[in-house]
Amino acid sequence: MPKLTINGKEVDVPAGTNLIEAARIAGFDVPHYCYHPALSIAGQCRLCMVDIDKTPRPTIACNTQAADGMVVHTETDRVKETRRSIMEFHLINHPLDCPVCDQAGECFLQIYYMKHGLYDPRMTDEKVHKPKAVPLGPHVMLDAERCILCSRCVRFCDEITGTGELGIFNRGDHSEIGLFPGHDLSNKYSGNVVDICPVGALTDRDFRFKVRVWYLDTAKSICPGCARGCNIDVHVNRRRPHHDGGRRVARLKPRFNTDVNRWWLCDDGRYGFDFVDDPSRIVAPHRRDGRAVTVVSWDEAIADVAAALGRVRADQIGILASPRMSNEDLFALKTLVTTLGITRVAFAVPPAMPGDEDKLLIRADKNPNTRGADLIGLGGDARSLLADARDGRVRCLWVFHHDVFASAWPAADTRAALERLDTLIWSGTNAGATSELAHLVLPSAVWVEREGTFTNFEGRVQRFRTAIEPLGAARPDWAIVGDVLRVRGADPAAPTRAEPWFRRLADAVPAFAGMTYRTIGDAGVMIESAR
Amino acid sequence: MAEMVLMRNFGHADSHTLAAYRAHGGYAAWEKARRMEPAELVEVIKASNLRGLGGAGFPTGTKWSFIPKNHTGPVYLVVNADEGEPGTFKDRYLLERDPHALIEGMLIASRAIRSAYGFVYIRGEYVEPWRRFSAAVREAYDAGHLGRGFDVVVHRGAGAYICGEETGLISSLEGKKGWPKVKPPFPAIKGAFGQPTIVNNVETLACVPPIVERGAAWFAGLGTKTQGGTRMYSVSGRVTRPAVYEAPVSVTLRQLIYEHAGGVSGTGRLKAVVPGGGSAAILTADEIDVTMDVDGLKAAGSMIGSAGVIVMDESVSIPEALMVLARFYAHESCGQCTPCRESTGWIYKMVHRIVEGRGHKDDLDTILDVAKRGGGTTICAFYDGAVGPYISYIEKFRSEFEALIPRA
Repeated sequence: MPKLTINGKEVDVPAGTNLIEAARIAGFDVPHYCYHPALSIAGQCRLCMVDIDKTPRPTIACNTQAADGMVVHTETDRVKETRRSIMEFHLINHPLDCPVCDQAGECFLQIYYMKHGLYDPRMTDEKVHKPKAVPLGPHVMLDAERCILCSRCVRFCDEITGTGELGIFNRGDHSEIGLFPGHDLSNKYSGNVVDICPVGALTDRDFRFKVRVWYLDTAKSICPGCARGCNIDVHVNRRRPHHDGGRRVARLKPRFNTDVNRWWLCDDGRYGFDFVDDPSRIVAPHRRDGRAVTVVSWDEAIADVAAALGRVRADQIGILASPRMSNEDLFALKTLVTTLGITRVAFAVPPAMPGDEDKLLIRADKNPNTRGADLIGLGGDARSLLADARDGRVRCLWVFHHDVFASAWPAADTRAALERLDTLIWSGTNAGATSELAHLVLPSAVWVEREGTFTNFEGRVQRFRTAIEPLGAARPDWAIVGDVLRVRGADPAAPTRAEPWFRRLADAVPAFAGMTYRTIGDAGVMIESAR
Repeated sequence: MAEMVLMRNFGHADSHTLAAYRAHGGYAAWEKARRMEPAELVEVIKASNLRGLGGAGFPTGTKWSFIPKNHTGPVYLVVNADEGEPGTFKDRYLLERDPHALIEGMLIASRAIRSAYGFVYIRGEYVEPWRRFSAAVREAYDAGHLGRGFDVVVHRGAGAYICGEETGLISSLEGKKGWPKVKPPFPAIKGAFGQPTIVNNVETLACVPPIVERGAAWFAGLGTKTQGGTRMYSVSGRVTRPAVYEAPVSVTLRQLIYEHAGGVSGTGRLKAVVPGGGSAAILTADEIDVTMDVDGLKAAGSMIGSAGVIVMDESVSIPEALMVLARFYAHESCGQCTPCRESTGWIYKMVHRIVEGRGHKDDLDTILDVAKRGGGTTICAFYDGAVGPYISYIEKFRSEFEALIPRA
């Protein structure tokens, strides 16, 4: 552990730490562009200069390892002057088109100019012109004039995805980022280059021109796209709904978690939120009788559910839970199952196509909470449940979230099973083939409209927070199940918030013992057996 | 005229052939060196005061001693034959007229640094030197000098000045874009293909056989206290006999111009001299009584660099000369580091504007300020080699620039 002094403050850092990270540990920010902790050292933006005692000139902090006894200064006059010069060099050929640039408001050219630049521009000659609005792939747009050639995107594609689509072409001030011939930026993680681009050179085709970033609110969340549970920030636009045609979720951004996804998020996860504001969202509970659909109040809907569950024996009830539900939802459902003595319970429906998987983040299991459903004990594969329905042993089936027609099962078998039921109740977010057959449809809030926890494939329990209000009358599944429990008199004290449901879960299921929302925090906690 | 060391064979018929080289004592030094211990060879080179002749002037023996002693993998010897410094054309003559001197120097160096592989990176435009040198390599293989513990790969560059910078050269050799690498690690620790690598200039290695054959003391005695030997000066521009001249490193610039090259041509009156290739600060006519070794020119505020001497007579426009130079550096900047990438182009635009009569009274101070601010802030020496001369041209000939700027 080298001990060094930074701006007069002594700090111990792990061996091999560079001076940018050492300064961070000491509480000082060394401005930089090309350095990124996940990528190799490029040393080319030249902004991270610091003074080191006994060194004749300022040195780049990114490529200097902390050494015992080193005395570092990040704010000498000489360092500040050098930064100012480097900022001027970065900006002489920059188009300064902030008013029409999507990066404005989160651009490190703006941030550092205000903090470290503030010089009077001296460049009066024609700037170098380069290609603009060049689509690099399905998700990323390049403006080469805004690019400061930090090479982060190039190194990302070389070192993280190993796909190597990008390079820097030409020389001198005509250098520009570009695609190698015959390639486009269509790897499964392409959106990340937009995140790591410190300026407005790479923008998100899904986000650009939609809403200014300063109108966005953010909530910490978990990507529900697969069993990895990548940590994300949900950026929502509540203040300028007219800016993006009413689309409330503006974008998802990865949130650093060293144990889960580090800085990254796959494109399927990043762009997989369209269903949130899709016209297929179910916004009110409704009954269906043949082709006739009647919208009902929640009170009526809950009464209908309670009645349906009461009309048949407990062994004639089937519950098809979902690994898309949160731990809280699943535990509420588990409570219902236990108190009513329901035995025919399952949660797993095999997908029609096996999911893709890779070594970086993407998991074949496209559900965020399979592990949680397993631990809470809601059965397993749903094949026998469907068989029971087809054979008449199950007469009332409550399906959560699954469109069972989108499974590996033959559609005719599925249809025969569902059509034989006295009552099919369907809870979920978006209409599909299964909800079309249901006698009672209950709108669930999507994950960004509520809070809860998922347990990822490794056994890490992670919290997601409410980012926006539920659409229409949609409600969290735990709230709907809780109402049924109260109306049936099975659990008059059923919680009315997510957090007490989690406390009940922690008390009841050993894997979650001792966990609270507070201890889970932003980084998540491993279940007992995985700790 | 002093003794020829590097150009000793140039006058022989078919000097580029193995037969001619052998007939004049070639490969005798290698026969001697192969019976010496590597450490002994390093000490001989150290004692000879041989300093790198590519530009930086680093002591060669010291450089060789940087290879980690405990390293077990391959060690590479890389020859920098990417001669591209403006005003420099000496390595070309060595490759064309005495290629076996380089091969013999490589063999000795390979023993000193325990390398089994040598790469020779030849400037892409050097077609004839490449042909001559490649033929010599084939001869050396046929004769058994190569291929018995030391192999040589000849690699042609593709026309970028920056590939003459040793780590830019290594990047290019590795098949990557010719971008200089951040240091540390230095090439002697982690160079070509991640292995310890020594990069030496053609002329530097051509000095090695004579040193081994005739002794370090002899070589050191040819030069000054801090630099041994002779070197090849490329003299061009407004002189009566532009050519490559070999002279002891203690020769003065005045002697080179007036004795070796036959004096100033054109108007006959000297205005300025670039003493060490495009990256060296310019000297005025009053500053030519300077010894042409590493330390002599350093003391004079310039540098010997690659010893490319560009002579300008009174008729030469210094602003135009600077414009040509600035265009060169703007064109050749690799674009990796921000100060160099952005300001070489900016400075060229300003100088170009001044030469075209569209200068602004602030331009000269802006150029000087930009040049002075950026110095020392980049990965490689390219940028310092560019802005150093800019400053000298303007500071020493400011009135000539001002005369071109319209008065408001």
